[in-house]
Amino acid sequence: MTSTQAPAPGRASVRRPGDRIFSGLSLSAGVLILVILAGVAIFLTVQGIPGITAHPDEVKSGKSFLPYVWPLVYGTLIAATIAMVIAVPVAIGVALFISHYAPRKLGQSLGYLIDLLAAVPSVVYGLWGIGFLAPHMVPFYAWLDEHLGFLPFFGPASATGRTILTASIVLAVMILPIMTAICREIFLQTPRLHEEAALALGATRWEMARLAIFPYARSGIVSAAMLGLGRALGETLAVAMVLSVGVGTVTANLIGSDNPSTIAANIALGFAEATGKSVNALIASGLVLFVITFLVNFAARSIVDRRKEFSGAN
Amino acid sequence: MAKSIDVSDLNIFYGDFLAVEDVTIPIAAKSVTAFIGPSGCGKSTFLRSLNRMHEVIRGARVEGKVLIDGQDLYGADMDPVNVRRMIGMVFQRPNPFPTMSIYDNVLAGQKLNSKRMKKTEADDIVERSLRSAGLWAEVKERLDRPGSGLSGGQQQRLCIARAISVEPEILLMDEPCSALDPISTSVIEDLIHELKSQYTIVIVTHNMQQAARVSDETAFFNLSGVGKPGRLIEHGRTEAIFSNPTDPATEAYIQGRFG
Repeated sequence: MTSTQAPAPGRASVRRPGDRIFSGLSLSAGVLILVILAGVAIFLTVQGIPGITAHPDEVKSGKSFLPYVWPLVYGTLIAATIAMVIAVPVAIGVALFISHYAPRKLGQSLGYLIDLLAAVPSVVYGLWGIGFLAPHMVPFYAWLDEHLGFLPFFGPASATGRTILTASIVLAVMILPIMTAICREIFLQTPRLHEEAALALGATRWEMARLAIFPYARSGIVSAAMLGLGRALGETLAVAMVLSVGVGTVTANLIGSDNPSTIAANIALGFAEATGKSVNALIASGLVLFVITFLVNFAARSIVDRRKEFSGAN
Repeated sequence: MAKSIDVSDLNIFYGDFLAVEDVTIPIAAKSVTAFIGPSGCGKSTFLRSLNRMHEVIRGARVEGKVLIDGQDLYGADMDPVNVRRMIGMVFQRPNPFPTMSIYDNVLAGQKLNSKRMKKTEADDIVERSLRSAGLWAEVKERLDRPGSGLSGGQQQRLCIARAISVEPEILLMDEPCSALDPISTSVIEDLIHELKSQYTIVIVTHNMQQAARVSDETAFFNLSGVGKPGRLIEHGRTEAIFSNPTDPATEAYIQGRFG
């Protein structure tokens, strides 16, 4: 086993050009990511601090930063959470259907369709949200108001259907393709050995999914969800188009016309007209979104890592 | 508990391809039967048809009869899921569920039967199964550790413990030692000897010494050429097959002249 020995002192170990080039390439790619990330963070911080410290009179909203950004944070989190609640189970279900239930031909064409959906630009989803979904949701919202109105979520219903719930549904549809595509690929990677182990114990197909596929795919599902969540948190155009214009209010009512707004939509709507410290305030709200995204990703990674030794990677 | 198997005129197809042709063999309860033969002769396929695991592959089907204590395995009222709960299987490569602890691996089959168990009852099953599989002493201190952290031979015994924890009637083993070192192999072979008193065991092996050491009966499979179906050439008492085979092909294979 000479290959494991440390090279003798004074003699350089052989370094092949291919290894050197590859290691250089991957190192610089990794460094580049960090540099870009740091650049964005520094820009947001430097430009954002004047916005955070600005006096209420100096900005358009006429409020100090915290009361200004809090409704936007609330709206962003609500919209993203509802979108995830809708989209994650559907994505897993569809992916499992494609990978393990559907006949091969049907599964392949379905998978292809879903990949196509991922390529639809968000402005088209926005148009669909205003033009189709919102009007069609109006009777449903009225029904919710009538029958479940005692819950704080379903207060007075909007007459236009352009509500935070509609925006969340549009978001859910938007993030579905990418999550489905990733889940499908991971489900297909489940080792046949583990699937057969479950089946040989007398597992039904669903039990096989629970015993062998989901545990194996766990970290991949979390990654898929994080990608979807990133898009849901940051999505600008579709949300800005669906929601009626306004600074946004903090309300539990998901179907009212007086709806919360999101950080990204607020930046998009406000940036063109903003001047002076108002621009800094918008950038500072961007910094808040950046931090939220970072924290959520961090939390998700730590959940996955907590059971690392059971991940099947060893 | 252990049941006999009676196979008559069994043909196994993958789509239109006839993989195994016309197998008729009785397998006695509480005995060890070894299937030997060159690669691709259909012995694994035949083994998997005994608990309907071959149906996992699309287009797989059989013609003929497999009777388990007189009950038709392919009868219209037989659900493959129930068949597999009754007939356990151990695979060529150890396949404990990597995301489960040793403890949960042993109980995986029990949980499928969705019986609510008391903790003490579950503990008993885990200990009994692991003892039967000869693994208890090695893992009793670390039942909550992942099963994938064990050595290959230990993992395979964990899989045996998992298979026998549901008290199946029959245990099928598809080359259970081919991925193991000689010492682990001999541990598993001893285990097969002990398990024989409770279970009907069918084992596929490429190792002729192993067949001679562990089995009561031996069946030799062969195929006449690539693309031709595998056939059962002969079967009988292991001593007889090894000392005095009737078919020249069996003799040639056993003496290592081909395969």
